[in-house]
Amino acid sequence: MSWMNAPRWATGVAIALLITLPFWVGNPYYINVASQILLFAVFALALNVLVGYGGLVSLGHAGLFAMAGYAGALMLDAGHGHLAADLTAIAVTVLASAVFGVLALRSTGIGFLMITLALGQIVWGIAYRWQSLTNGDNGVNVTTRPAPFGISLASADNFYFATLLVFLVALITMALFVRSPFGASLRGTRDQARRMNALGYNVWLIRLVAFLFSGFWTGVAGLLFIYYNQFISPQVAALQTSAEALLMVISGGTATLLGPIAGAAIVVIMKNVVSAYVERWNLVLGVIFVAIITFMPEGLVPGSVRLWKLAWRAMRGRPAKAAEPSA
Amino acid sequence: MTLWLTLAVNSIALGGLLFLLSAGFSLIFGLMRIPNLMHGSFFMLGAYFGVTLLDNRIGMNFWAAALVSALAMAVIGGLVERFLLRRLNGQELPQVLLTLGLSFIIADVCLMIWTGDPWQPPTPDHLRGVLQVAGVYFPYFRLVIVLVAVVIAVALWLMVDWTRLGAMIRAGVDDAPIARVVGIKVSQLFTLVFALGAALAAFGGVIGAPYLSVYPGLDAEMLPLALIVVILGGTGSLLGALVGSFLIGFLYNFGQAMFPDLAYVILFLPMLLVLVLRPQGLFGRVMT
Amino acid sequence: MSAQQTALGVNALCKSFGGLRVTANVNLAVEPGERRLIIGPNGAGKTTLFNLITGELTPDSGSVTLLGNDITKVASRKRPHLGMARTYQIITLFGRDTIMRNVTLALLGLSQLRWNPFIDLEQEHHLVEAASAALARVGLSHIAERPLSQTSYGERRRVEIAMALAQNPKVLLLDEPYAGLSIDERRDVQKLIAGIPRDVTIVMIEHNMDVALEFAERITLLHFGEVIVEGTRSEVVADPRTREVYLGH
Repeated sequence: MSWMNAPRWATGVAIALLITLPFWVGNPYYINVASQILLFAVFALALNVLVGYGGLVSLGHAGLFAMAGYAGALMLDAGHGHLAADLTAIAVTVLASAVFGVLALRSTGIGFLMITLALGQIVWGIAYRWQSLTNGDNGVNVTTRPAPFGISLASADNFYFATLLVFLVALITMALFVRSPFGASLRGTRDQARRMNALGYNVWLIRLVAFLFSGFWTGVAGLLFIYYNQFISPQVAALQTSAEALLMVISGGTATLLGPIAGAAIVVIMKNVVSAYVERWNLVLGVIFVAIITFMPEGLVPGSVRLWKLAWRAMRGRPAKAAEPSA
Repeated sequence: MTLWLTLAVNSIALGGLLFLLSAGFSLIFGLMRIPNLMHGSFFMLGAYFGVTLLDNRIGMNFWAAALVSALAMAVIGGLVERFLLRRLNGQELPQVLLTLGLSFIIADVCLMIWTGDPWQPPTPDHLRGVLQVAGVYFPYFRLVIVLVAVVIAVALWLMVDWTRLGAMIRAGVDDAPIARVVGIKVSQLFTLVFALGAALAAFGGVIGAPYLSVYPGLDAEMLPLALIVVILGGTGSLLGALVGSFLIGFLYNFGQAMFPDLAYVILFLPMLLVLVLRPQGLFGRVMT
Repeated sequence: MSAQQTALGVNALCKSFGGLRVTANVNLAVEPGERRLIIGPNGAGKTTLFNLITGELTPDSGSVTLLGNDITKVASRKRPHLGMARTYQIITLFGRDTIMRNVTLALLGLSQLRWNPFIDLEQEHHLVEAASAALARVGLSHIAERPLSQTSYGERRRVEIAMALAQNPKVLLLDEPYAGLSIDERRDVQKLIAGIPRDVTIVMIEHNMDVALEFAERITLLHFGEVIVEGTRSEVVADPRTREVYLGH
């Protein structure tokens, strides 16, 4: 909602900056980082549908993300065109989301988390061990990027623009969804599932549809990923990837539109910076996770503000308020 | 024929290891209502402690190494529960994510200390050799693993069913708020059970090391196995963990032999079936 | 007892938890437009009976009819669509939303719009108007946009009723609507319930007989899951068994 309530000019400036980014950034390395941020923002927005608005924490979304990637890459590898590969990848991912959803929605809360984790591991297992299909640890190369309407996406600039376009479509869809009756229904199932049922809603089906919606955009993000990276390996399906996506959602603040985008930016930039100096990304990922959960459960941005205020009061020598008014 | 028997022995041995891993996982889940996502890390870190103690520079006795490693992990597990998880008391989701974050930290720290190469300690001298029964050879060491797992299973069962501590754990698993009302110090119980689970996993990691070896990623392989076992057997149920462990042990070895590409995926099939047909697990009770 | 005439029928309904019988062969026949009070001490199985009627619990045996149709096998989420609405004794509202949004959710539950992911809910004027009307009926129009977390207990009780009324039910089930209210608030809610038109059949649970006597035309006395006495207000009050199991306490 915060995104919708922001002044129109702020939104306009942000979009103008994004559209002109390649011209004032120049360096292809940074343009590529921007593409990464946007594609992971799509992934994080998709996951946030479940985590933020549905109250369903999935640790198996890397499985769906990788499944789209593998389906696309393998179709291309088999000699099919981009359109066929992309459509197949999305169809496979939505179908897999249906299977994931039906199984995981046997439960909610921790049970949901465990089942999605296990399902994600199955995808990882297939990617890693089913050598004849997935080429195992060696991964699959994606040799070409598509050229929609004759425009090649081979350059960093053009790929960035294509990613930005997809991102904006995803963002608009999400913004509509958040304000829509269906969005309200989903949030209702998160807050009072029992009451929603008594009011005439099919809670299970609402959650399943949300899962499919989330799966669809996860698939889109997965396709963007293989086109960006031009390679996919089992690591993409690993628990770390699910955890990274979840970190993007919770670090920015759940159940907001801006949160997952900010979270994607934070995580991608940090990953690029950390990886440039040390090989300790997992350690950093773990530390951030622990720090956020322990000290800033509401997300990095609101959490920093709160901690800053506390520190400020402490410095001024006034007793810090024990409890903030709860939302 | 011999191939099948060998596979069966391997399956039982793996089942024993899995029981050591998942018994603690199941107790923690039953009592604290959270899947401990660093349980695979306990197994791996324990195994690394073990191989270090067994290394020529220290050269500790095999069983002593397993015990010392288990004790060290008990301390680490206890500290994690007391100083990190306790802060999030009652918030199950953040607790789970905390264990997930810690598992990444442990994985990277292990990689830093023990490098990316696998470590495989030799089978201890006195456990080498094979037992020959009716023309079939059984490696002593595998048999010993099974024996140890059975002894520990019986000990755990005696503890849970016959001791005061066990009675408190059962009360906590059934209903933590009520247990608290009747004067059980549930928070101390949590620390204790978390430490116990860590110790069992580490012990399993060490005695499994000559067989599985220790390498980066072992944690991520073991955690889903514990998860499957517990979803299969039902949370908080030792019997469920035992049956689930041996089932998965068999499935893993026979799957590996028959469908090597799909062995890992096959492991999850019974879990999916149980989820659809009996969501509370084979031996779990319906939570109300 | 012809099913055609009753608004709500409960026939030989039984439910046990473990070995405990919480609903033992209960029969009810509530006529259209009737005001029925179900009383009984705490633990008599009143709320369980409601949960069986709404389908949130599945009976072991027996049946439930709504407006002559057997709904025993109908999923609980479908029953509001057939004209049944309820309130909860323990307030079950959407704490992060405004009062207005709470009532809107009640309306949306019966509308096909609830599946639409593209339109702006706040621009659906007929929903907004219907929600405003429901809030006006319970006297909460002035605080419609207030977040629920900033409302008083008495106001929440009225939101509960507004949500049920917004669904325009044929049969309204009120689970202790006076619980926890001050004398003034109780009077307001009594007036509100008295103002509900006669085409709505009302069944109310209350353990405190005095506050609801005025409302009731017929009273059913429940004790340990069984119907002990049923009859008109004066019959039940005069019955010695009522005194024994209930008023004596």
